[in-house]
Amino acid sequence: MEKAKVRDAREMTPETHVDKTGAKIRAIATNVHYGDKHALKDVTLDIRAGEVTAFIGPSGCGKSTFLRCLNRMNDTIEGCRVSGTVTMDGEDIYDPRIDVVQLRARVGMVFQKPNPFPKSIYDNVAYGPRIHGLAANKDELDEIVVTSLEKAGLLAEVKDRMEAPGTGLSGGQQQRLCIARAIAVNPEVILMDEPCSALDPIATAKIEELIDELRENYTIVIVTHSMQQAARVSQRTAFFHLGELIEVGDTEQIFTNPGHKLTQGYITGRFG
Amino acid sequence: MSEMTASAVTGGQRTRELVAAGIGRRYRAEKRFRAFGLIAIVSALAFMALLFANIIGKGYGAFVQTEIRLPISYEVAVVDPDGTRDPEAMLRANYGKLYRDGIQSLFPEVDSRQERRVLNSLISSGATFEIRDAVMANPSLIGKSGEVWVPASDDVDMLVKGKIDRHLPETARRVTDREIAWIDALEAQGRLETRFNWRFFTQGDSREPELAGIWGAVVGSFLTMAVTLALSFPLGVATAVYLEEFAPKNRWTDIIEVNINNLAAIPSIVFGLLGLAVFLQFFGLPRSAPLVGGLVLTLMTLPTIIIAARVSLKSVPPSIREAALGLGASKMQMVTNDVLPLAMPGILTGTIIGMGRALGETAPLLMIGMVAFIVDIPGGFREPATVLPVQIYIWADSAERAFVERTSAAIMVLLFFLIAMNATAVFLRSKFERRW
Repeated sequence: MEKAKVRDAREMTPETHVDKTGAKIRAIATNVHYGDKHALKDVTLDIRAGEVTAFIGPSGCGKSTFLRCLNRMNDTIEGCRVSGTVTMDGEDIYDPRIDVVQLRARVGMVFQKPNPFPKSIYDNVAYGPRIHGLAANKDELDEIVVTSLEKAGLLAEVKDRMEAPGTGLSGGQQQRLCIARAIAVNPEVILMDEPCSALDPIATAKIEELIDELRENYTIVIVTHSMQQAARVSQRTAFFHLGELIEVGDTEQIFTNPGHKLTQGYITGRFG
Repeated sequence: MSEMTASAVTGGQRTRELVAAGIGRRYRAEKRFRAFGLIAIVSALAFMALLFANIIGKGYGAFVQTEIRLPISYEVAVVDPDGTRDPEAMLRANYGKLYRDGIQSLFPEVDSRQERRVLNSLISSGATFEIRDAVMANPSLIGKSGEVWVPASDDVDMLVKGKIDRHLPETARRVTDREIAWIDALEAQGRLETRFNWRFFTQGDSREPELAGIWGAVVGSFLTMAVTLALSFPLGVATAVYLEEFAPKNRWTDIIEVNINNLAAIPSIVFGLLGLAVFLQFFGLPRSAPLVGGLVLTLMTLPTIIIAARVSLKSVPPSIREAALGLGASKMQMVTNDVLPLAMPGILTGTIIGMGRALGETAPLLMIGMVAFIVDIPGGFREPATVLPVQIYIWADSAERAFVERTSAAIMVLLFFLIAMNATAVFLRSKFERRW
């Protein structure tokens, strides 16, 4: 399970948001309604800092909905109501005093389908730093772009064509570009919504490797349809079914000794 | 096992037979549809060719104008009788006498007063002003003499261009045998030619067809379009962005949406009445002004632009919005950085289609007085003006034979501008189009 990681110390960022002791994000009795539909029922879940937490479950089980609660992307959906409490570092992120723009700068997101902007590779990565004003000058921006691409494992492939359109890359490269774009804002948490579902196995392997490396510096939450992927990349796994959180635990325990019949049924492939 | 295979075989057989039976019919349906399509396109092209042939055939004559070369002596006694060289006095001098003397010197045998008047009428009355302007621009001409090309009257022009048939009996045509003899004499002396009609492109309207030009209407159209574009583009795009990206989706926005769609279908003359009531009578803006014309056409164009802009905003993939919001862009940043640039080709196409419609619009402008007879080239947004389609309407309504070709020529000018605008739309579209 635990992969041996021999890592170059230079790759580590000096400041690390990771506090290995407690919960980074804590959701208490979270409910989500889409109009009349009760999409998420009373979910209480801790997401630990410096770990990869995987959400698994059959389609329509609410795992993506819950993920989108964590950076308030559900706000953009018409008729969506969120109730309950979601805290990050003890702060309620649904507090009216919390600015959603600031929240999303702290909680980055990678989507199911790679969605680079129709701009150059450079501009894609520089997008976040630019809108938030993170770089004081061009040199700083250049540095952010290069380090982000390097952390996303894409630099070697694109360093000669930074001005080429991001949309011209292959699917796997595009997804790593999106990860680089999220990293460039230097978030504390990265949410990934089925990041490999549109990719081939080789590109998937690269992303998984990357997730494992990013764990050093970021708290990662990943929604996945693939149980193998959850087993490979995550330390903790949460199983959702019909809008309810059925079970959450260490990945090894969930996959070897699930506590609930539904979990067992799902991971052994009896339904899904 | 063998039974199953047998039934599978017969089942397959049956399917094949049924498909084979129907296949001819399916292909025939397709062929018929293609034939109809081809017929439709060919007939559309044929009608378009007919239209263009008709307009060009009628209108190309207006680009040349019959002119007559006269010997003019700028007599001091006529131009500047007091010898003061005072521009005020010179402006009021009797320049008509100069060209009348000129043509009479060519036909000294004409002596009766009445015949002289007929002879004078071969020359356009506009010659007076052209000679005056030449003298005012260059006072050193005074006291000298020279040869000057002046426009012939519209009847002479029509005869020379063959639009008046000289083989008709004298009573059935507007030009008498006597006049034809003079015209032929002038032509034989090399004093009569058809030359490029610069007046058509540089002058405003006139009661005399040979002096009437399109420039006043072109400038009026330009000013009107400038007002329309400056108001309707930003307003329309901002409205569309607000409705599409910011406004809550509820009953009120639904009502607004329905009403915008309805406004796009309202007959344009109604907008003219609205403009008359609101801009002229309530706000007291000047009549016949490009400013008011532009305002009225803005009202008419706005729904088109709003609808086009909303459609192209809708067509921007949601993944782009999510990407921007997910990175912490504010809604406004998302719109200006990502959504608008991607929607821009569609918005521009919609805008230019709307502007094209506005450029060709006549009815609402009639209501606000832009149909007035205006000779001067408009110099500003509040000055009286007319526009190209209204100019076409005025000329088409005029009795003189020579206005027919000018009407067609004005249509050509209008079509030229429309084609140029559409070409711009295509160009902008391909320039801003981005693929993702």
